Amino acid sequence: MNYHKFDVVIVGAGGAGLMTAMQLAHNSSVAVISKLYPTRSHTGAAQGGVAAALGNQEEDHWKWHMFDTVKGGDYLVDQDAAEVLAREAIEAVYDLEHWGLPFNRTDDGKIDQRRFGGHTRNYGEGPVRRSCYAADRTGHMILQTMYQQSVKNQVNFFNEYLMLDLLMNEGQACGVAALCLRDGSIHVFHAKAIVLATGGYGRAWRVTSNALACTGDGMAVAYRRGVPLEDMEMYQFHPTGLYKVGILLSEAARGEGAYLLNSEGERFCVRYAPTLQELAPRDMVSRFIYQEIAEGRGIEGKDYVYLSVVHLGKETIDAKLPDITDFARNYLSVEPYYEPVPIQPTAHYAMGGVPTDVDGRVVMDEQNTVLPGLYAAGEVACVSVHGANRLGTNSLVDLIVFGRRAGKHIAQKWLPEAEFATLPEDAEARATAMVEGLLGRKSSGVTQEAIRQEMRDTMMDSVGVVRDEQTLLAARDKIVDLKERYARISLMDTTRTFNTELMEVLELGMLLDCCEATVAGALARKESRGGHYRRDFEKRDDVNFLRHTLAYQSETPGEPMLRYKPVVITEFQPKERKY
Amino acid sequence: MASDEGTVALQVKIRRFQPETKADPYWQEFRVEAEPRDRLLDVLNTIKWEQDGTLTYRRSCAHGVCGSDAMRVNGRNRLACKLLVQDVGRRISIEPMLGFPVIRDLVVDMDPFFAKYEKVKPFLINDESLPRTERLQSPEQRERYDDTTKCILCGACTGSCPSVWANREWVGPASIVNAHRFIFDSRDRGAPERLQILGDRNGVWRCRTIFNCSEACPRGIHVTEAIEEVKRAIIYNSSEGE
Repeated sequence: MNYHKFDVVIVGAGGAGLMTAMQLAHNSSVAVISKLYPTRSHTGAAQGGVAAALGNQEEDHWKWHMFDTVKGGDYLVDQDAAEVLAREAIEAVYDLEHWGLPFNRTDDGKIDQRRFGGHTRNYGEGPVRRSCYAADRTGHMILQTMYQQSVKNQVNFFNEYLMLDLLMNEGQACGVAALCLRDGSIHVFHAKAIVLATGGYGRAWRVTSNALACTGDGMAVAYRRGVPLEDMEMYQFHPTGLYKVGILLSEAARGEGAYLLNSEGERFCVRYAPTLQELAPRDMVSRFIYQEIAEGRGIEGKDYVYLSVVHLGKETIDAKLPDITDFARNYLSVEPYYEPVPIQPTAHYAMGGVPTDVDGRVVMDEQNTVLPGLYAAGEVACVSVHGANRLGTNSLVDLIVFGRRAGKHIAQKWLPEAEFATLPEDAEARATAMVEGLLGRKSSGVTQEAIRQEMRDTMMDSVGVVRDEQTLLAARDKIVDLKERYARISLMDTTRTFNTELMEVLELGMLLDCCEATVAGALARKESRGGHYRRDFEKRDDVNFLRHTLAYQSETPGEPMLRYKPVVITEFQPKERKY
Repeated sequence: MASDEGTVALQVKIRRFQPETKADPYWQEFRVEAEPRDRLLDVLNTIKWEQDGTLTYRRSCAHGVCGSDAMRVNGRNRLACKLLVQDVGRRISIEPMLGFPVIRDLVVDMDPFFAKYEKVKPFLINDESLPRTERLQSPEQRERYDDTTKCILCGACTGSCPSVWANREWVGPASIVNAHRFIFDSRDRGAPERLQILGDRNGVWRCRTIFNCSEACPRGIHVTEAIEEVKRAIIYNSSEGE
């Protein structure tokens, strides 16, 4: 067995993982395991910005940011967590600047800020400039800056290792088992603290902005070991993905003044959201688009509408939106200076995930019982600061605030008192069985490609912007069927050196577990809230569903055990959402 | 937007290396149907998922921002996810990038590349006391190093450089780009140490201004120009600009 021992093992090298590592590198032994080279992580694809009430451009307050986050999340947000998010965003952004992040600047040399969907002044009066940004590649800059600091602090990286199992013993998380891609060997990492920072699972859908690596690894591995998944039915469709390919065109475009247009050339958002218009929250704008298309006002009667930046002029486009206009040119042969860009909603972000408290500690039930030694931060986690719908820029805020808090908690509270729990016997057994089972199986004729395509189509068509009981039931049966076929899958590649087919099949298994929890949560939530819209239950139902779903894997495929935990409400009583 | 066209038939020749089954590299041809606006990465995925699961390459974001899938396509380093079928022709030859050890098929060993990157101290160096809020930087000062902040460390420049092919000890263009990003940042104080590292025999002077790197860069960074700026900073012992 390949055995490694560190105080802390962080799985995932995106913004959350590296931010956590930064808090620990000086004072403990830390390893970061990543299935990619760290700078390939999906944080790098984030475009528009990171919100913080710095007030560099106009009056702003963290409490307004907190309110917007709560309202944007359709009141499913835990308000104690939203307060932490909004307050600490400010110092976390200054940390990034101090580490060298090249933010755009105001004329007086401060961090420049721009508008973004759902971010308002004075509790909803109108848009506010809160998003700190670096052109339309803010995530790239955050990832590069964090990696630069990791190099400076000599963090230990294990690159191209795929986590396959979470190890627990004596009621404590004590390590992970991972596949080394380069030679196919299994490695056991023994640690006092394990941090899941593996990101989301957008690859479960056909049209997605997510990288091929976004396969829900942390969620699935935890779920299989008895950790619940929280609010998985709350999945965000970003309104403006490039037509068919799903590549993101940042909300920053609308923040800078871009229009959404239907086949009649009408700015339809004005009709639905008179105050914020195109800058209404994403769940709503995605539904506006869905509705326009359903009523026959998609472009050429098809399933897309236009995003237009033509009126902004070349200078603004080149200075503030260079990358996303390049995407339109490169992938659709559209010149955004002169032509509107075809867009459609694209699967984008998991509001749900592994439940944690505000210090990143994973909690196991409705009493928030802590699982000692296990932490999660970033998209894999559900704190819950995003509730039923995340506001634009709040994902990067989540990474830096809660990555930071998880790291600080481990350094200051957990490591001083924690001991290494003994590894379970045969620590690598489950991971080895997964790998050897696939490599050793004779050709069965069941291929990953058919299963993957059917999964993506099912999730897109039945668990998308609009859902209902009938399609969700069919989706549940389909996922059960796919899981059954998955168990018989065979590989064409049975070698051990950098076997990416093996990796893809293992990832597909993780996605299917994420789908199972998502569909079950969506079926049981008989209301419409945020990103979860049921055409058979069109209203939000605070009496029955102002609560978080907890899905525990059960013996019955497709039917996790569901439990519920109350939402934390401190300042803002639920109200109808109007923009 | 151009309307959808039919599919085209492609002949894709790939340089294979399967160390567990064959000692030497070889060429293999695949025939595959694709749409004109498919990415080359989509074509590779089609081959892998439908014809030959042993075909091995890296990929992640699939839209040119993560830097995983740099490879040599018809003699030029490209990101497979940024190159469309309509722009590459019907006969396509794909190889791993030159100048890197090959692990399997199109997957090369990036560890030496990142080790060289680390050599130039690619992080902000400044021990002065921190303000309570942000350090100030004017839009002009910010613009000074904007181009080199775009680097995604894909290796396309380094793998296209004849000086790298000739001497694997050379630090290579990507590292210099990342040094440039800090040398010309008004907040950084580490220029003297970086310029010393890059003034060494395996530093900037092995650049022969061949411009392959600038042509290869999928982010449009003016790589050769950045190298020239670092050369001038070494000569004039200044990062204040010219």
